[in-house]
Amino acid sequence: MFEFLNTLLIGITAGSIYSLMAISIVLVWRSTRVVNFAAGGIALASSFVGATILETTGSFWLALPVAMLAGAALSAFIEYFFLRPLLKRSGDKSQEIFLPIIATLGILGIIKAVLHFVYGDRVGVISPPLSDKGFIVSGESIALSPLRLLILGIVLVLMIVLTLVFQRTNLGLSLRAASFAPEISRLSGIRVDLIRTLGWAISGAAGATAGILQTVNGSGSVTPEAFEFSLLLVFGFVAAVIGGIESLVGAVVGGLTLGIILAIILMFLGSSLVFFSAFLILILVLLLRPNGIIGVKGGRRA
Amino acid sequence: MLRIKNLVVDHGAIRALHGVSISIEKGQLAAVIGANGAGKTTLLRTLSGLNKATEGSATWGDLNILHSKPESLVRHGISHVSEGKSVIPELTVAENLELGALWRRNSKESAQSKKEVVELFPRLGERLSQRADSLSGGERQMLAIGRSMMAKPQLLLLDEPSLGLAPLVVEQIFQSIRDLTNSLGLTVVLVEQNAMGALKIADIGIVLNLGSIAATGSAAALRDDPAVRAAYLGF
Repeated sequence: MFEFLNTLLIGITAGSIYSLMAISIVLVWRSTRVVNFAAGGIALASSFVGATILETTGSFWLALPVAMLAGAALSAFIEYFFLRPLLKRSGDKSQEIFLPIIATLGILGIIKAVLHFVYGDRVGVISPPLSDKGFIVSGESIALSPLRLLILGIVLVLMIVLTLVFQRTNLGLSLRAASFAPEISRLSGIRVDLIRTLGWAISGAAGATAGILQTVNGSGSVTPEAFEFSLLLVFGFVAAVIGGIESLVGAVVGGLTLGIILAIILMFLGSSLVFFSAFLILILVLLLRPNGIIGVKGGRRA
Repeated sequence: MLRIKNLVVDHGAIRALHGVSISIEKGQLAAVIGANGAGKTTLLRTLSGLNKATEGSATWGDLNILHSKPESLVRHGISHVSEGKSVIPELTVAENLELGALWRRNSKESAQSKKEVVELFPRLGERLSQRADSLSGGERQMLAIGRSMMAKPQLLLLDEPSLGLAPLVVEQIFQSIRDLTNSLGLTVVLVEQNAMGALKIADIGIVLNLGSIAATGSAAALRDDPAVRAAYLGF
């Protein structure tokens, strides 16, 4: 019983981080129809920023918001200076789909190279602000620790804030309208170019949070080639696909589903099958439910 | 007033408008009619900044409206309802309306405008919290016009509001367009495939053929012109 509960807790924690990464990917896809591999690089670079702040000030609660701002700024910068001119210049439909993907892959490579150049072999250390020792329940230590609670709390707060922004504010209405119908939005007076940049910025902040949380939930340190971040990017994409790529709610459902399934596989079948299983899930979802497990055929949700 | 002089618009290698000149006085309802491919939609899209002009000029009062973006022209009182039922299906009726006034950044004025639009189209008022894709064709067209009214425009550009609607609904929509023009002193450019219906409510008519003006005059005169009747009115 305890074993299964623990597996579930581990899965939900990891899954909540994948959800954030999936949200980062979905936001960019919805606002500009770009498959953004650079999201992994943005999460990585902002985590280095967070680590640097943490090393100099010792405050996790300063490091997190600064990293989020850095992620937002870097993401907006990439949209404004690379993707926007590229999308304006690309001539036909196939170019419009193909070129941005290659561009974001290139930007991911550039970010990693720059981090290598700046940090060399040094690692960024983000030590957890709370203990990762599990709470003791009837004499046994369970997988729920103060740190895991903190991670779940941060993700939950961010999701509530994002939901409120998207559903209740003028900015949220502009973001949704611009992604569903850019031309009608422009004719209604929405500055769609600006709104797209803001969409990328929010995506960058979500990605930065995912990066910081992935680090404290894992090894506690980050390197330019960190395997944890490759996993984060891949699992973020898988979660986004499970959720139907269009929907923020779907991204959360996808992330949690993936996290729980992978934790169960890790617990009962072993670590060697985790990566394989993630891709198997991806392929199965693409073949059987291409609109995501909660997606409606041809429908788009808020 | 709207002054268009020698407007030339190209779609790649194809010339869509060959030097079109039109004058529309303030408060007039102008019907632009013509066959498919005559350049009617191109004319509207160029006036609202969606398409680029190759040559010529267009002014609204003192404002040069070519080479401006649609989102800026809205701020100068020019509002374009694009072809088809131009609403965002995923948003609610209320959200579709609010969208039209977001740029004003004034929620009080926006709420006031929403009240006025609902008075104009009571059917929308009953459906404010429904998604726009649950509306009938006629209601969607009301919503599209309603959204553009939220911006309090002085110049309204309407692209085929009758498209795909039942004859009775078309009559209602045309009547509301005429009423709006009179009560608010709007200037309206109404592009229509339904030439007879449009000329019935319009003050002046402009007949486009293959990107050039084939005839122009008062709507009543065009309705009686044998050549126009034969080519566009079908009798």
